[in-house]
Amino acid sequence: MIAHAIFFYVFSIIAVISAIMVTASKNTVHSVFFLILDFISISCLFIMIGAEFLGMIMLIVYVGAVAVLFLFVVMMLNVAQQKNQWFAAKDSSKHIPVGLIISTLIFFEIIIVIGGWKYKPEIFDINNSIAQTSISNTHSLGQILYTDYIHVFQISGMILLVAMVGAIVLTFRQRSGVKRQSYIKQISRERTEGVEVLEVQSNKGVKIDD
Amino acid sequence: MEYLNIVFQEVYKILFLLVPVLVSVAMIVWLDRRVWAFVQKRQGPNVVGPFGLLQSLADALKYIFKEIIIPSSSNKVIFILAPIVTMTLALIAWAVIPFSATQVLADINVGILYLFAVSSLGVYGIIMGGWASNSKYPFLGAIRSAAQMVSYEVSIGVIIINVLLCVGSLNLNDIVIAQQNLWFVIPLFPMFVIFFISALAETNRPPFDLPEAEAELVAGYQTEYSGMMYAMFWLGEYANILLMCAMGAILFLGGWLSPIDIYPFTLVPGAIWLILKILLLFFLFALVKAIVPRYRYDQLMRLGWKVFLPFSLTWVVLTASYLFYFNLLPTN
Repeated sequence: MIAHAIFFYVFSIIAVISAIMVTASKNTVHSVFFLILDFISISCLFIMIGAEFLGMIMLIVYVGAVAVLFLFVVMMLNVAQQKNQWFAAKDSSKHIPVGLIISTLIFFEIIIVIGGWKYKPEIFDINNSIAQTSISNTHSLGQILYTDYIHVFQISGMILLVAMVGAIVLTFRQRSGVKRQSYIKQISRERTEGVEVLEVQSNKGVKIDD
Repeated sequence: MEYLNIVFQEVYKILFLLVPVLVSVAMIVWLDRRVWAFVQKRQGPNVVGPFGLLQSLADALKYIFKEIIIPSSSNKVIFILAPIVTMTLALIAWAVIPFSATQVLADINVGILYLFAVSSLGVYGIIMGGWASNSKYPFLGAIRSAAQMVSYEVSIGVIIINVLLCVGSLNLNDIVIAQQNLWFVIPLFPMFVIFFISALAETNRPPFDLPEAEAELVAGYQTEYSGMMYAMFWLGEYANILLMCAMGAILFLGGWLSPIDIYPFTLVPGAIWLILKILLLFFLFALVKAIVPRYRYDQLMRLGWKVFLPFSLTWVVLTASYLFYFNLLPTN
């Protein structure tokens, strides 16, 4: 039990500190690395409470794919020019009220969720869920997702697909005058199309590429 | 006191796994160079020790005594962290590889997801190294590698789903035991081929070694590294290759199962079979390096997204329908 507590506190302290460092560090790329550290420690916490599937999916999806693309974009920015000046800059002071409003909103939302949990314990009654039975975490997740919530699950997948198609349609543009390669054409090229044998007359030469 | 005992036992077990892995990584570098040389009718490293077996040790000594140069304009912390991350990620994945029904360091329920997650984290070492070097070639190499690894991870993930449909469990030992009657390489042969090619791309091996294409990018993300830090990148890369071979052996070649289930073969311990299967796959890796020319970048992306992804997705549908129609879906 003591070892469990030690690990919990180590991971949660790392998670909280790196979450603070995401906003506080001056270098944008460092912020993304702290974000990744945050994701990793949160997935460790997931694994610690027995939600191993969620923890692994968190690693694969957020750290392995989303954060890579995030880092990809941030690295392209010119870090040297945009020194993060925090409250000192005039532009950023405009964002402070908006940020405060949003963070207050999120704070109250969390209060409501936790309050509901505290005063109405049956909302999160563990006995109602499958967590107590002997089957593994992954199986129970699958059994809930693909039976009771199959439609919600499928619809959320559809929404993601639509978002992806939409992003592609928005950024796609057909450019004219671009040389394209057709693999079928390249492979099915025959000798007769590529090579031409000519009789070259002396002092006259041959005209190629006309 | 009891805690200490447990800790010591675990450390002992970990060392018992890690030391052989590190030694075999060194030997595998030698094997790679030898195979490569023989295909090209050369001798390869054959001077240091019998058959040149100690060549990797000599190389390692050389790297250790070389000076580590840190470019003054680099981001020093991340620059030093990058090879450490590569090396660590390549080694921690070995924790879940089963060498027999009982010989496994961590027999976790989501073993295959863990392997997949760790191999998808491998890209960070390369990105960090490329960005922190603060120089053109490493940066270009890092960007190429990020795009390449993210693309091929998708197809590897879909291939894993194919295998999982036939097994019904994410545990690596269950995956091996499910192949007792028939290795998955036979019913899922196309997936095995695609897995092999995706593994080549995922580990930046030729013909997909664009992140370090020496003709265009000097050495890609490793350009600014020297001495032991370069060696760590190198070791991490080869440990990753071995890991991919182990993954292929477990998913498709029956892991630690013996190929023929009769008396004299079943006496051989499972670890030996697994190692032989890993070596077979690695031999193929080395052959491919010697005989195939490098891909162009757009061809690489086309292969990943337009060929492998649709094909393996279609195969998922086929496998699922087949299992469902003939009522073969694994249940427990």
